[in-house]
Amino acid sequence: MILLIELIDIEKQYIRKKAEPFIALRGVSLKLEKGEIFGVIGRSGAGKSTLLRSINLLERPTSGTVIVGGDDLTKLGEKELQEKRKKIGMIFQHFNLLSTATVRENIAFPLKISKLPAKAIRQKVDELLELVGLTAQQHQYPRQLSGGQKQRVGIARALANDPDVLLCDEATSALDPQTTDSILSLLRDINRKMGITILLITHEMGVIRAICDRVAVMEYGQIVESGTVLDVFLNPVHPITREFVSEVSDTLGSEALNAFAGAGRVVRINFRGEQTYEPVLYETVRGTSATFAILQGTVSRMKDVPYGQLIVELRGSDEDVNRIITELGQRGLAVSEL
Amino acid sequence: MMMWMNAEQETPKTVWETLETFFAEVDPKMISKATNETLYMLGYSLLFTVILGLLLGVVLFLTSDKQLLGGKLYARILYAVLSFVVNVMRSVPFVILMILIMPVTKMLVGTSIGVEGSIPPLVVAAVPFFARLVESALREVDRGVIEAATAMGASRGMIVLNVLLRESRTGLIAAVTITAVTLVSYTAMSGVIGGGGLGDLALRYGYQRFRLDIMVVTVIALVILVQILQMVGDALVRYFSRK
Repeated sequence: MILLIELIDIEKQYIRKKAEPFIALRGVSLKLEKGEIFGVIGRSGAGKSTLLRSINLLERPTSGTVIVGGDDLTKLGEKELQEKRKKIGMIFQHFNLLSTATVRENIAFPLKISKLPAKAIRQKVDELLELVGLTAQQHQYPRQLSGGQKQRVGIARALANDPDVLLCDEATSALDPQTTDSILSLLRDINRKMGITILLITHEMGVIRAICDRVAVMEYGQIVESGTVLDVFLNPVHPITREFVSEVSDTLGSEALNAFAGAGRVVRINFRGEQTYEPVLYETVRGTSATFAILQGTVSRMKDVPYGQLIVELRGSDEDVNRIITELGQRGLAVSEL
Repeated sequence: MMMWMNAEQETPKTVWETLETFFAEVDPKMISKATNETLYMLGYSLLFTVILGLLLGVVLFLTSDKQLLGGKLYARILYAVLSFVVNVMRSVPFVILMILIMPVTKMLVGTSIGVEGSIPPLVVAAVPFFARLVESALREVDRGVIEAATAMGASRGMIVLNVLLRESRTGLIAAVTITAVTLVSYTAMSGVIGGGGLGDLALRYGYQRFRLDIMVVTVIALVILVQILQMVGDALVRYFSRK
């Protein structure tokens, strides 16, 4: 894995008049690998937006190091920083398009900044229009477009200078669910076909689940939990993470489960990968005299990885139940008793 | 019936005839000369005001708090100084300003009276006014768009030209319109120092010689001029608006 972005111990304070400085980031470190889609999730005010903006120094950290493609951005002069920013694409919640420019002119804008010859600009804009599916709307103005179309323009504009990374600042938060899906799948396509690394921030767990490989959870200016999306999703540790996870899965609290569980022992079984679709549980229980009842269950996909989570009540002798739990573990399932 | 006919015949003048009599003594050449002078003063003073005021307005905007240069020490000092000067110049009544800067006017155009002599005071009076309008028009530009351009690696110069001035163009056109109308009334005042133009005519004939007819004509001409300016300005705003 090649490291693309490294944030080391980023701190950001805002000086306020007649008040203690507001600390937006408290020593955040983050590593972004080339080609991955990394999501940062947090409530508003958690510092995720500041974190994202410190990567291209729209917000200059009070202290800490920002390394992008091997260079420490905080040490660069203005001209060098401007050059570097051309390789860091960014899209925004409110799109931030030029209202006085057509779709075509908006996409051409970063290329004009890079002082490309007119012919090269024309060619590149045609390609980008094709990529985001807006060739027919190229002469329209932003006010004539829907939210999803505006974000497509934003994406095309961000990709114009062939960036290494695309920063997404709540890119789908102003869109309806269907449009969100189409924008997310466009981002996933871009990541796959062009190999562009994506760092996105969001407050919606659904976005993380749909396209991210790894996730970091933020609260009060710190990363409180991080890992692969599947790990964090199946075994959330921090309370805030659990809240986010419960937004997208309808898991009940353990008290609710106890209320309708019978005399048996209740276990949670996590499946992942192709195993999800194998009859592992049935095969294991069949070898004993115990039976089981499914209290709750999910089988779904996290980005492309299938996973399942079952809450099962095992009814039988302790010996049988212990054997089942051990055997499930041996077959590679994560089992925990509740 | 006959009585009624007679009554009408006995009324010798229609409204039109009354007006003709009232304005019979007005010399059309005098009016057109004064109109030309007003247009000349307006054209030149507006041209210089827009050039200088745009520059000053952009600097005011960039150095103001939380803008592109905001927060830096030199920017704060520059803003404070410029802002003070602008406020001082805006608080001096135009009539006084004209007299105050007479030496400067003489240095610049060789005379402090007449049409030429009135252009420098017009510009000096209108630049601070227009600059403030520019500053507030630029403030209307969506900060997100400026941020997006910064993230793209645009330099400040590019942001000013390609984002700020472009996105605020309807606001700027409206500002030019307001300034032009204000300049029309200032040109009328410059008659005080023999500035020439419609205002001068109204003052010399209408006020000093009790020529109500000439006063009315100049006022009508000024009203028409202002209407045209406003209509053209509004039409341009409509044409360039993309919101």
